[in-house]
Amino acid sequence: MSVIRFIVKRFIISIVTIFLLVTLSFFLLRTLPGNPFQTETLLTVEMQEKMMSYYGLDKPLFEQYLTYMQNLLQGDLGYSIKYRNRTVNEIIATSFPVSADLGLRALAVALPIGLFLGVLSARKRGKLTDYLCVLLSVIGVSIPSFILGSFLQYIFALKLQILPMAQWQTEWHTILPTIALALSLLAILTRVMRASMLEVMSQDYVKTAKAKGLSEGKIVRRHQIRNASIPILTMLGPMVTSVLMGTFVVEKIFALPGLGQHFINSITGLDYTVTLGLTVFFGIFMVFANFLVDIAYGIVDPRIRLMK
Amino acid sequence: MSRSEQFMIENPFERVGATDHANDPIVRPTISFWSDVRRRLIANRVAMFGLICIILILILAIIVPELSSYSYMDQNLSNTNAAPSRDHFFGTDSLGRDLWVRVWVGARVSLAVGIFGSIIPSVIGIVIGGISGYFGGFIDTIIMRAVDIIICIPSMIYVILIMLVFGSGPIPLIIAFALTGWMGAARDVRGLILQLKEREFVLASKLLGASHLSLIFKHLVPNTLGIVVVGMTMSVPGAIFQEAYLSFIGLGISPPIPSWGQLANLGTAVFRIYPYQLLIPALLISITMLSFNLFGDGLRDALDPKLRS
Repeated sequence: MSVIRFIVKRFIISIVTIFLLVTLSFFLLRTLPGNPFQTETLLTVEMQEKMMSYYGLDKPLFEQYLTYMQNLLQGDLGYSIKYRNRTVNEIIATSFPVSADLGLRALAVALPIGLFLGVLSARKRGKLTDYLCVLLSVIGVSIPSFILGSFLQYIFALKLQILPMAQWQTEWHTILPTIALALSLLAILTRVMRASMLEVMSQDYVKTAKAKGLSEGKIVRRHQIRNASIPILTMLGPMVTSVLMGTFVVEKIFALPGLGQHFINSITGLDYTVTLGLTVFFGIFMVFANFLVDIAYGIVDPRIRLMK
Repeated sequence: MSRSEQFMIENPFERVGATDHANDPIVRPTISFWSDVRRRLIANRVAMFGLICIILILILAIIVPELSSYSYMDQNLSNTNAAPSRDHFFGTDSLGRDLWVRVWVGARVSLAVGIFGSIIPSVIGIVIGGISGYFGGFIDTIIMRAVDIIICIPSMIYVILIMLVFGSGPIPLIIAFALTGWMGAARDVRGLILQLKEREFVLASKLLGASHLSLIFKHLVPNTLGIVVVGMTMSVPGAIFQEAYLSFIGLGISPPIPSWGQLANLGTAVFRIYPYQLLIPALLISITMLSFNLFGDGLRDALDPKLRS
């Protein structure tokens, strides 16, 4: 199968996924009991109905769905019901950069350290260094980011008072949330890189390289790490997801003005358009990330393309 | 089996006299696959440590709420935020509720969600993957395309949406996990069955007239159980984490029923003054996830000799 056909196939799958995601989210959200205006106690039933018709929420569901899809194709996610005069696009535009900033920082910390520890651990297999790395990775996987975040706050902001507690203002403010988010990523990366290196180290081409007299350093750099990094590529897709999800809670703990709080508030406040808009945004973002990763993977490792 | 025995009795060429068994007796007890796995697992001290922790936590979760004189809902407003003491091992919360009892009732909820939240999706995955791999062709293509698509959808978003539809509580949470978590197991099982169905033992039971269903679920699926069980063990900490995560942001388990995530959430509100209220549920979540991870690692090593050094 040629590269182009592979890309086209992945692209079609991604488009179908996004369509399915939007449709399912739309109908799931609209089957929820209650309406967004119930919580405002001053509104009578007639006024609630009037508000519903003002936002077009009283029309037949399928008609609403068609309108929504039409707007979506033009990149318009609609108005928030709760925040007056704010579109979902505006909410995303102001708060997504914060979430993305935090996520990228965490990735930038976790990726090099995780890969380094993975390689180190595999090279020193069975030694103390290896056990320490494995221990770190198991512990890292086992501590949820929200718990780690709270403890970092307690130790560094409250007891030692060397770092700010919350908010997103200076570089110093970014340190604790970044660590809270990065540790579990780092742990997973170490684990996968270690397993992958161990597998590569026993391959025949490594023996060949050794037999033809390459230096140890060259074998590790040119033959082992390069091949061992391929599985890391597949992980990047799911990792983007977990970083985004992780930012929700980390944002909550550190009171950061990211997307997470809007998502959670809109769910509890039945702000349909915001919940739906953010779900669609996250969904497209993640599906697109997965698509890119798949393509990169298929190009780097021809075996994947040939498999199907 | 019964068919082959009948066949042997009616065999006109039956051997009379000395049998192979008598000439060559088996002196050592035979070690089956699973007893070998058990032997290796017991030899792995780290995995055993994980298992012991899990069992200990399970026992405490079962007996503590039964034996304690407090219930998880009893409020005592004259004794709020008390430090751990002999009356209240883990202290009390901001409404004067005994945290020792609340933590272990929470353990019931969290463990139930964790364990059923990974067993049920795995079983669904086995059935779908088994059918897909065994029949192949058109059915396989349809199912696998569907899996390709569903697996791309970030499951957390769906868990949240499903929770909204069914309400918050342990059972909706397990339903949500069941609906979103079966694809991985289905893929694994299908892949294994594709390899296994070409093997001779499958041909043999086909010749003996085994039906499709008994071929899939009696002969093929049991041979894939190893990997599925490892996957299941490894997904328990994931499910516990998701429950804690959802309860932490206020969507998972709603009060008054406690769960570890919810206790941690309540704990963060006051942890600057009473750190133990967060520390205790946080430690329990971490220890439980750690134990399942260690045990799962050991189980994988025991099941797959290729991975051992």
